[in-house]
Amino acid sequence: MKISRSRLTIATVAAFALVPLAACSSSSDSSGSSGGKTEITLLTDNAETTVKPAKAVIAAFEKANPTITVKTETRPGGSDGDNLVKTKLSTGDMSDVFWYNSGSLLQALSPEKTLVDLTNDPALKDTDPSFLPAVTQNGKVYGAPWGTAMGGGILYNKDVYSQLGLSVPKTWAEFESNSDKIKAAGITPVLGTLKDTFTSQLYVLGDFHNVAASNPKWADDYTANKVKYATDPVALKGFQKAAEPKQKGWLNSSAGSLTFAQGIKQLAQGKAAQYPMLTFPISTLAPADAAKIGFFGIPGDDASTNGATIWEPGGQYIPKTSKNIDAAKKFVAFVASVAGTDAFSSAVPPTGPYLVKGSTLPDNAPPVATDMQAYIDSKTSTPALEFLSPVKGPSLEQIMVAVMTGQTAPQDGAAQYDSDVTKQAKQLGLPGW
Amino acid sequence: MVMSSRADEARPVGHRDDAGAGRPARKSPRATGVRNVRAHTYPYWFYAPAGIVYGLIFLVPTVISFYFAFTRWTLFESEFIGLDNFRQFFSEQALVSGLRNTLVYAVVTSGLKVVLGMLLAVLLTGPIRSRGLMRSVIFFPVLVSTVAVGITFSVLLQPDVGVVSTVLAKLGITAPDWLGDPATALLSVALVDVWKGVGLATLIYIAGILAIPRDYYEAVDVDGGGAWTKFRNVTVPLSRPATFTVILLSLIGGLRSFDLIWTMTGGGPGFSSDVIASIIYKTYQAGFFGLSTAGNVVLFILVTLIVYPLSRYFNSREVES
Repeated sequence: MKISRSRLTIATVAAFALVPLAACSSSSDSSGSSGGKTEITLLTDNAETTVKPAKAVIAAFEKANPTITVKTETRPGGSDGDNLVKTKLSTGDMSDVFWYNSGSLLQALSPEKTLVDLTNDPALKDTDPSFLPAVTQNGKVYGAPWGTAMGGGILYNKDVYSQLGLSVPKTWAEFESNSDKIKAAGITPVLGTLKDTFTSQLYVLGDFHNVAASNPKWADDYTANKVKYATDPVALKGFQKAAEPKQKGWLNSSAGSLTFAQGIKQLAQGKAAQYPMLTFPISTLAPADAAKIGFFGIPGDDASTNGATIWEPGGQYIPKTSKNIDAAKKFVAFVASVAGTDAFSSAVPPTGPYLVKGSTLPDNAPPVATDMQAYIDSKTSTPALEFLSPVKGPSLEQIMVAVMTGQTAPQDGAAQYDSDVTKQAKQLGLPGW
Repeated sequence: MVMSSRADEARPVGHRDDAGAGRPARKSPRATGVRNVRAHTYPYWFYAPAGIVYGLIFLVPTVISFYFAFTRWTLFESEFIGLDNFRQFFSEQALVSGLRNTLVYAVVTSGLKVVLGMLLAVLLTGPIRSRGLMRSVIFFPVLVSTVAVGITFSVLLQPDVGVVSTVLAKLGITAPDWLGDPATALLSVALVDVWKGVGLATLIYIAGILAIPRDYYEAVDVDGGGAWTKFRNVTVPLSRPATFTVILLSLIGGLRSFDLIWTMTGGGPGFSSDVIASIIYKTYQAGFFGLSTAGNVVLFILVTLIVYPLSRYFNSREVES
């Protein structure tokens, strides 16, 4: 009796374990056309700032195209997401459209083998041509933009700045003196959110405008293995800037375990004054809080070349394995059109400009978006290195955390990153490495 | 291995009250030599289904992985590059600290599980109220998903706002940034690992202690020995098989530990809590599939080198005792 009951239990458990598997296989079969309607799938990352606007854009698209329905799937962000995208592409399991990064991360997907070529495709008719280099490989264009461009630099609390009578720094020396004054006022001068390790990279990646200002060919030389972070004194500055907040006591003591979502709130509350970061988390804040936060590029040594580093919007791609390429192209074209960006803005306020012809920032756009637009309009912005060179090492975030927390000297960190990068260059099979 | 040979002896003694009736009936069929019969139990076709499953999803991938360890592999194509991956893996800058962290983590968790597991088992085999309930309570964390434990504790251990820091602040102690400070990160995770895993160690010890015949304790009483003598000279030596099992299991677990570390610190801050498994995972994440396969081959060899002699040693001691 006892034995038979336990066997029954095992059988039941096993049966339940199989149910989700069965459900999975049946649901993936259901895509495709049914009853005159075409269903396509869209894979996005799972950040709220992506999922919400994706829903709004899909609703607007389905209204304009009643014969097509779009089903969304989400994936984790960061390196886990990169991995998932690569695995899905190589197993032929990718959604009809997927939203992913542009620039160097696209290069790692072997686009010529896996993605539909969109060169001169009508799906890109509204795409701003300035976006195309970020999604081009060997002369072929593979994507259209989704979302807005981002700034990568320093977010600051405008209220704290005006209370202390500070002005936006144009040189690193001014940034240092601002930080000392903020510290004297009893406010955390510089925020670190190292639980989300990617946030640590901004010191180096966001400093690229200054590197490019001193040597406009730096990105090409870097791809060709002619310049290195550890041996180029200007490029090395990014690592030195990262170590300074800890050395000078500007960094928050909880930096090691704060997430960027917590950090951006502390910045809005005025507990901290400056936060090296991308501009995108602003859209998670309430409009009243977002209005308190401004943006400036990481300052260099020379005020006359002051500017900011910008991140291109992500790309929308269609895998070659898609069975609904025409419907997928319609959706891609809609997202990269004025109607698409309007729907996007209705869900989350834009934190930078859309690279879509005819699209403008709405009046209620937060200050970071207008601050960024100003850099773009005055032509003092540089695309981040990852849009100009496929060479990006995977361990930069950990190395930067070690530099920021004082475990590694800036010079050593730069040398470690140079050898980290070699692995990526070899994996990509680049000449000269 | 160690468990099963001991369990046969432990079972009849385990339920001390009704042990007498069950003993002869259970013992006799086992004694007729299961070993001899086993070779002819089934025809070969009966082994086929399990054999195919074993070959397809265990044997073939293992062999293939040894090949891919020597290639530069993008999932789309692979190129044979000889020993380059191993050269690269051994020059990985975090590898040395990763190896040290792995050993520290394995030894600390294993050691604490032995000491705490033994003490808790003594408590839970003692004459205390609602013993059954207490035994289940200590086993609960073993059943909870490791990832859930990791996420929960990273919230509890947050500086400023976390429960642990708040309570310590009320007592006038300034808590460190447990997971955010390179000096404390690895040990904090190890302690959570002990909390989660000590239930299993306790369970094994309870079985071991209950298997010790009461006569030995009575003998100590007759000789006029006290509690310490009983513990030191009876419980500790006679539950040695349980100790070996706990050490072996927790050492293997510690050497290949990953999920808790990954959810709590991600190997950070920087590389300060990186272990071999997380280093391999990061190379996999980065898309260096050949390199990470090489790392796994190294981990496989490392675990074998540590655990195989240990297991041989414990088994030989088992026979003696």
